Amino acid sequence: MTAPLIHTRDLAKVYRIGDNLIKALDGVGLDIASGEMTAVMGPSGSGKSTFMNLIGCLDLPSSGVYRLEGRDVAALPRDELAATRNRSIGFVFQNFNLLARTAAVENVELPLVYAGVPSRERRGRAMEMLEKVGLGERSEHHPAQLSGGQQQRVAIARALVTRPLLILADEPTGALDSRTSLEIMALLQELNRGGMTVVLVTHEPDVARFARRILRFRDGRVVQDEANHRPEDAACLLAAERKAA
Amino acid sequence: MNLLGLLRVAMRALAVNKLRSALTMLGIIIGVAAVIVMIAVGAGAQARVEEQIRSLGSNLLLILSGATTSGGVRMGFGSNLTLSEEDAAAISREIPETTAAPALRGAAQVIWGNQNWSTVIFGITPEYVEVRQWELASGRMFDPTDTAGATKVCLVGQTVARQLFGGVDPVGQVIRVRRVPFTVIGVLEGKGQSMMGTDQDDLILMPITTARSRVLGASARAKQRSVGTIWVKVQEGYDMKAAEEQVRALLRQRHRLQPGADDDFSLRNLEEVAATQEASSRVLALLLAAVASVSLVVGGIGIMNIMLVSVTERTREIGLRMAVGARTRDILGQFLVEAVTLSLIGGIVGILIGVGAAVGIAELAGWRIVLAPESVMLAVAFAFAIGVFFGFYPARKAARLNPVEALRFE
Repeated sequence: MTAPLIHTRDLAKVYRIGDNLIKALDGVGLDIASGEMTAVMGPSGSGKSTFMNLIGCLDLPSSGVYRLEGRDVAALPRDELAATRNRSIGFVFQNFNLLARTAAVENVELPLVYAGVPSRERRGRAMEMLEKVGLGERSEHHPAQLSGGQQQRVAIARALVTRPLLILADEPTGALDSRTSLEIMALLQELNRGGMTVVLVTHEPDVARFARRILRFRDGRVVQDEANHRPEDAACLLAAERKAA
Repeated sequence: MNLLGLLRVAMRALAVNKLRSALTMLGIIIGVAAVIVMIAVGAGAQARVEEQIRSLGSNLLLILSGATTSGGVRMGFGSNLTLSEEDAAAISREIPETTAAPALRGAAQVIWGNQNWSTVIFGITPEYVEVRQWELASGRMFDPTDTAGATKVCLVGQTVARQLFGGVDPVGQVIRVRRVPFTVIGVLEGKGQSMMGTDQDDLILMPITTARSRVLGASARAKQRSVGTIWVKVQEGYDMKAAEEQVRALLRQRHRLQPGADDDFSLRNLEEVAATQEASSRVLALLLAAVASVSLVVGGIGIMNIMLVSVTERTREIGLRMAVGARTRDILGQFLVEAVTLSLIGGIVGILIGVGAAVGIAELAGWRIVLAPESVMLAVAFAFAIGVFFGFYPARKAARLNPVEALRFE
């Protein structure tokens, strides 16, 4: 059996606010295998965002073990963490976080810029990804000229462009209407079917139902870890909705 | 990210807030322009002083006939002619490193046609022209027969030529000095104002023999062969202090002065006067540049201020860049390049305005300016350094942001 993509044991994050110690994450041990589509749920303050920051290598744990693809990343220096994020993780945010006044294709290129990829190859790979998310014809549009769903697609293309090990999506549909949300979820499911590991942070059951595994957080711990044997298929729902309309 | 990429990102970021960027640059523009103008004006003043020193002749000692005490009343220098042509000849002979030129001075009214002009007459030997480094604009110099024969010929300075002759060529004309007719054989090159502000071109030179017997002879200075001043040129490379002491010792010996008695002449080292002037003009130039660079520093603080605002405004962008893999040095580089771009563009515009202003001052106020390429290079280097220095703190602040907090920043 190969090592899981994500492996944590007793993962903890403690913040100090004044004299109070706040345990944002209190001993989380779980494995996520390559190719899984996992939803992380919980109310705000449950520790799900902290968990996401830790496995996204944006932050370091106070204690515990975190191995990404068998590699210990719990104590890496700042720039090594940056390089790990660049190579291995694709982020999708609730508010897209695209660079304003910058063409879609340049936004998608950004991670490759920091990876040191030559500009010609960069452009080619970015265009490829934009076509993959269905925005090949809008590569020169600026974010302000794109709809919310289109902006999130650009963000997904940006997350995919370095061919990462996993996609971390933090409330990816939080700023979108339900129809567009379905489109984004269909895209994420399609990527997952292609072998991409997807971790989805959300507080909406509506979104979580598309995942095959659902983790529930409360007070910094995992309180429920269940398999969803029959995840909904966003593409089918979308097709049905179209037919109805 | 490579430099070209960083530059493009910086230009784009600066273009977003055009007015703000322009106002920020204005500080640097004014600073650089001020430095350029001040250096140009300062260097111009220095060049003027140096020119005056050159016009005086270099490595010069001036000996004036001494102040003597007559019945307890001390007289001014030159009041008693204690120097003589023999003294001058002795200096040249005994101290081979020197050339001494005696000069007899007097004022006279000169007349040509219906014009007249009051000027200074110098009775000189041919050495004088060499020692004071007078050049001819036209005509010829005295030759030895002029001195020996006390011929009635003279050279006129530019001012005299202008005042007396207007547009006419003075060479060959006959002027009357104290009713004695003289033929003008040459016109001297202009030397301009002296360091003291007197017009060096307002003079007439004639052989010392002629001056003594024909023009100044009626005065008390008729005493045989005595002169008011002796100019001594010391060879290049010979120690001026040593020359000064040798001349002093020689003259004291010739004048039979007892040890302890005052000199009956006065010795001045013009080099020292010139050096003092030059030093003070250099200090002035430095002071001007220092005052101007204060405005450059203020401009730098403006850049720092705006860069801090920019870092705060773009916290989320920084967080995102970090999330997709920007390392500390990438973020540091991005904001440093942005600050340096601001300061360098400001610097270049400042140079254009500064050079324009300096040329304008030269045209309008008639001041002498010197635009040295070094000062322009210096200004560019300074602008660059200002950008790096004042951009570093905001850039480091950006590079040290925590990515989690930066992404969450509202």
